[in-house]
Amino acid sequence: MNGLHDMGGQQGYGPVLIEAREPLFHSAWERRALGLTVAMGASGLWNIDLARSARESLPPTDYANGPYYAIWLKALQKLLIERGLISAQELAQGQPLGPSVGGVRVLKGHEVDAALAQGSRADRPSTQAPRFVLGQRVRALNMHPQGHTRLPRYVRGHVGTVVLHHGSHVLPDRHVQKMLPPFDGAAEHLYTVVFEGTALWGAQAEAGLQVSVDAWESYLSAEPTP
Amino acid sequence: MPSDHVQAHPHDHDHDHDHSTLGEMDLRVRALETLLTQKGYLDPAAVDRIIETYEVHVGPHNGAKVVARAWAEPDFRDWLLRDATAAIASMDYTGRQGEHMVAVANTAETHNMVVCTLCSCYPWPVLGLPPVWYKSAAYRSRAVLEPRAVLADFGVQLPAGQSIRVWDSTAEVRYLVLPERPVGTEGWSQAQLATRVTRDAMIGTGLALSAQAAP
Repeated sequence: MNGLHDMGGQQGYGPVLIEAREPLFHSAWERRALGLTVAMGASGLWNIDLARSARESLPPTDYANGPYYAIWLKALQKLLIERGLISAQELAQGQPLGPSVGGVRVLKGHEVDAALAQGSRADRPSTQAPRFVLGQRVRALNMHPQGHTRLPRYVRGHVGTVVLHHGSHVLPDRHVQKMLPPFDGAAEHLYTVVFEGTALWGAQAEAGLQVSVDAWESYLSAEPTP
Repeated sequence: MPSDHVQAHPHDHDHDHDHSTLGEMDLRVRALETLLTQKGYLDPAAVDRIIETYEVHVGPHNGAKVVARAWAEPDFRDWLLRDATAAIASMDYTGRQGEHMVAVANTAETHNMVVCTLCSCYPWPVLGLPPVWYKSAAYRSRAVLEPRAVLADFGVQLPAGQSIRVWDSTAEVRYLVLPERPVGTEGWSQAQLATRVTRDAMIGTGLALSAQAAP
């Protein structure tokens, strides 16, 4: 989706505001919002791509106006309501008004360390040979899907060079297709593709600039060697 | 204006209203946590432990040890640059938002800088949670378009002729910048070296502290 979240190359946001001795959280609620988001993610009722998609498909004014943890909170509420774990009415009143959904996996306090240390790998074994090799010129597709994708607009249509191959990783565009598990975990080869600054930004590119993105195979097409 | 807004917030609130908004957020999050707990979906002790993990145990001090070791041990540096996931895991920094690591070394020729233009991807096991500026619209929009101007916001000016390489973390790969080792630190212990490694140096919006600088 060509959303507000796809910020690379946008202009007008002013200088980067750097806070001296920045606290990890700026209010007590941010602390709990982070903890709630991570803890509820362990339910397995959505995946990381569905969580990102929930944030990025919030109304643009919601995405623009809040502290970042407010975006997380709104997305978490949306994920919970969409799956019927809570209702909007329960959320408004702050108390249960109906039965709970059974069988939800609850992350216990003593399980947190192991769960965080383990994480959740995105790579998968592949039976397909990679289509691209290191050093190959590729073009980022000029595509504008309505749904979730990870190809930023500022590289679309431009030619770059494959510099790293990361194996096969779960394709976010498909990982969001089903709301509940089992998810479509189809994987594709993932590459780091580097673009010359001048290819992206023309004559106004800063001197000596290169920018890379990580791109799945279906985001790319082979480009003839000049 | 709070700097943690993704975009500038219109100046249409008075001071008191801003305070009540903050209180409102506290109430809303508390209500959600209570609701989830009462419905049997949440163990609040898990929330406590997650917060404690990132407030106390996991942060840029982890990454600083990785960098210091790479400066001190050439074999480890080679391993880190070849297979950062394994090299970092050997120091017990693993897991969420660091499942697939790549380390990129600054040289006299090239300076590296990391951004996530689409969201806030960041290598949690070595750097902890990202600072607000890393998630801000200003950083995410400009880092790929005019990184030297962004570096100027951080008070960093690269030498003329040093090229700049920006890594946009658009997948589950997380990037750690290996800054250049400061001159005059020959023979320093890894613990001493780690005091030269700032968080920003490992994102690429800063450089390692000089041998003389106060930590």
